[in-house]
Amino acid sequence: MRDGTIVVAGASLAALRGAEALRAGGFAGRLVLVGDEPHLPYDRPPLSKHVLTGEIAPGATTLPGVGALRAEWRLGAPAAGLDRAGRALLLAGGERLPFDRLLIATGARARPWPEAGAAALAGVHTLRGRDDAAALAAGLAARPGRVLILGAGFIGCEVASSIRALGLPVTVVDPAPSPLTAALGQVIGGFVAGRMEAAGIDLRMGAEVAHLEGGDGRVRRARLAGGGTIAADLVVVALGAVRNTEWLAGSGLDADEGGLSCDGACRALDAAGRPDDAVFAAGDVARFPHPVYDNRPVALEHWGNAVAQAAHAARAMLEGPEAAGPYAEMPAFWSSQFGLNIKSLGLTEGADAVAIVQGDPRSARFLAVYGREGRTIAAVAVNAGRWLPAYAGAIREGAPFPPITGGADQPHPDPVPPGLPAQAA
Amino acid sequence: MSDATLFAQVRDPAHRADPYPLYARLRACPVARQDDGTFVASGHAAIRALLHDPRVSSEDLPPAEHPATGNPVKDWIVNPLKDRIADRHRPFIFRDPPDHGALRRQVMAQFTVARVRGMKRRTEALVAECLDRCAGASTFDLVDDLAYPLPVTVICELLGVPREDETRFHAWATQLATALEPESRKDEALRARNTETFDAIADYMRDLIREKRRAPADDMLSGLATAKDPEVGRMSDPDLIATAILLLIAGHETTVNLIANGMLALLRHPDEFARLRADPERAPRVIEEVLRYDPPVHFRTRLARAPIPVAGTVIPEGAPLVLLFAAGNRDPARFPHPDRFDPDREDNQHFGFGGALHYCIGAPLARIEAEAALTALAARLRAPRLAEDPPPYRDGSSLRGPKRLRLVQGPAARPSA
Repeated sequence: MRDGTIVVAGASLAALRGAEALRAGGFAGRLVLVGDEPHLPYDRPPLSKHVLTGEIAPGATTLPGVGALRAEWRLGAPAAGLDRAGRALLLAGGERLPFDRLLIATGARARPWPEAGAAALAGVHTLRGRDDAAALAAGLAARPGRVLILGAGFIGCEVASSIRALGLPVTVVDPAPSPLTAALGQVIGGFVAGRMEAAGIDLRMGAEVAHLEGGDGRVRRARLAGGGTIAADLVVVALGAVRNTEWLAGSGLDADEGGLSCDGACRALDAAGRPDDAVFAAGDVARFPHPVYDNRPVALEHWGNAVAQAAHAARAMLEGPEAAGPYAEMPAFWSSQFGLNIKSLGLTEGADAVAIVQGDPRSARFLAVYGREGRTIAAVAVNAGRWLPAYAGAIREGAPFPPITGGADQPHPDPVPPGLPAQAA
Repeated sequence: MSDATLFAQVRDPAHRADPYPLYARLRACPVARQDDGTFVASGHAAIRALLHDPRVSSEDLPPAEHPATGNPVKDWIVNPLKDRIADRHRPFIFRDPPDHGALRRQVMAQFTVARVRGMKRRTEALVAECLDRCAGASTFDLVDDLAYPLPVTVICELLGVPREDETRFHAWATQLATALEPESRKDEALRARNTETFDAIADYMRDLIREKRRAPADDMLSGLATAKDPEVGRMSDPDLIATAILLLIAGHETTVNLIANGMLALLRHPDEFARLRADPERAPRVIEEVLRYDPPVHFRTRLARAPIPVAGTVIPEGAPLVLLFAAGNRDPARFPHPDRFDPDREDNQHFGFGGALHYCIGAPLARIEAEAALTALAARLRAPRLAEDPPPYRDGSSLRGPKRLRLVQGPAARPSA
């Protein structure tokens, strides 16, 4: 397909990279990008890091290359509905955008604090977009007496690191036994916990906030489920993300809070599992079968996935699903926090063992490999990103675990249980 | 079946001018056992896998007898040094984690972006000086007149070797260059002279480091001599000396090939020379393609610490490895039309600077020097031709490049106004 109209629902990383791949692939027709935010596509990773520490202005995160796209933009006009039979995207303002192909890249949003009244108190923040980061940075500039972070996942930990770097007192609360438990398990999470405490974070693991309480319209304190309170002038709610799929209700597509189901060619699936040849998905919102993991449906909130999957979807849109083949990009992400560069390959979910195969946590430089039923499924490098590519092949092939022994500085790895949460059946 | 003597043929000076047909034959078996037990990796994927494999050790110095390895750095620099310097003071290119990481980090802390970028203007001025000196001549030797003196001067200034001592380093470097001659291999007297030369460099460095500690200046040696790493503290004197010698030799023996190989490729592809002249912004693309097409360092050696399954074979524990970067750079499975010199190619992930943990620490500096040299040559030379093609080569099969690159200039060879 070279002509006609392609509409992209979404205007962030996956949308931009998809649009670029469509143009690079020869698409010369009309290209429309629809975004709920008023901004052109921007880069999110700095929002929890350099933007909070003041090294990068929120507005300086705009992604390059937007001008060369020859695209129409509908910004500040979120997608509100999909008429599949009529092949049209409906916008909140009432506009109806007919398409020959649609790429859904509406991403995800921060999960809000469940008490709506408390969530609206001044001083209660979430962090997902550029405006969130600007508001949080402004709140931090007022030098709050204590910052409370709810959630010790990647965003919570990165935000804690950035705010601590500003010299502010920070408390982190999470019911899990260690930070990053869901992604990395308690073994590596416990190592990160040590770094956080060494940096002066008041870390409250195994604790849960039941209520946020305010006064004069501002948040004042958090009440813990087990009793007791934590006084805080600023609260960051970092409880994960919710996929933006509500607008697809009634479209007949298989979509829920966990994502929009699609096949290996990124075609959206209906409730009966049939692909729609005109509707594609990529990025955080797309839930796809991963061939490296027994075609288990996964939705990845990874920067690299947004880039690669969008390019894959673009190819399938232009050349057909067979030409594109099944999407099989290795899941990968990175995080920077507390002087640690954490890089991961593969998916740790369901791991029953972890082994430090290179380096030593005592030197804050090591590589851990995760195994499941004797097979290698993931690897995580801490301040050792250059070691990571050695493990990509082993993960892709499901090589015996641990995959490599006899390394230069850790010749006899000793696997232990990783301390990951029990898997849902 | 591949020929188990192919790598020995690579080391034969008869093939120095064009080893690429041999590399193509080697790649038929991406990891090939040679009849001396060495395993040669020549396929891009296999080299990449081995570069990253933690079972592959860089501490591959041969045992007591020091049999010739074909790697001139090893045969004529490291092995003679090994007799004099304890194992733990090997320079960091011959070290594994965790020691390697600490030493490399300490050097990186001195190889700052500001310091390297700060050399850009100076490098351009040095190039102009060199070319001004040749401006009137109808022929000149690009190696002697530019490709060699430029990196030597740059690395001396960066390290903080006093200008007035540069001549001593030139003399030492000339002496070391004789160690690369094939006939010197059996010449015990020459070997002894080379060992003496290294002793002299070590003594010189020791004195210089003492002086830098006493009166630190804004240079890398002062930084290395006085900085304290947060984890391992101050670098020991033997490590400092080994590191300083390594940096000095790396500055002498590699960038010269990048510049000379680059100019050679441009002269053999006059259309590319003309395009670079018309558009100096193409220089980074040209240089990356030179690094792929005809790199300054053709191979590096390693040792297997454990059995390693790779490319359908298993390298046994203890086997010496050769990572033949220049062959991986021409692998048709990785690069379309690999034997074509094409600065416009995309996705050019070459091994011109090695890779993984030991990726060349001086890469940004080498790029600055090569860019300054090639853009100035393209701008100033009028209709240059090679006086001899192929040019004569230095003996090294790893650090490989022309010994001379004599250029004949067209009618007008003047500095541009």
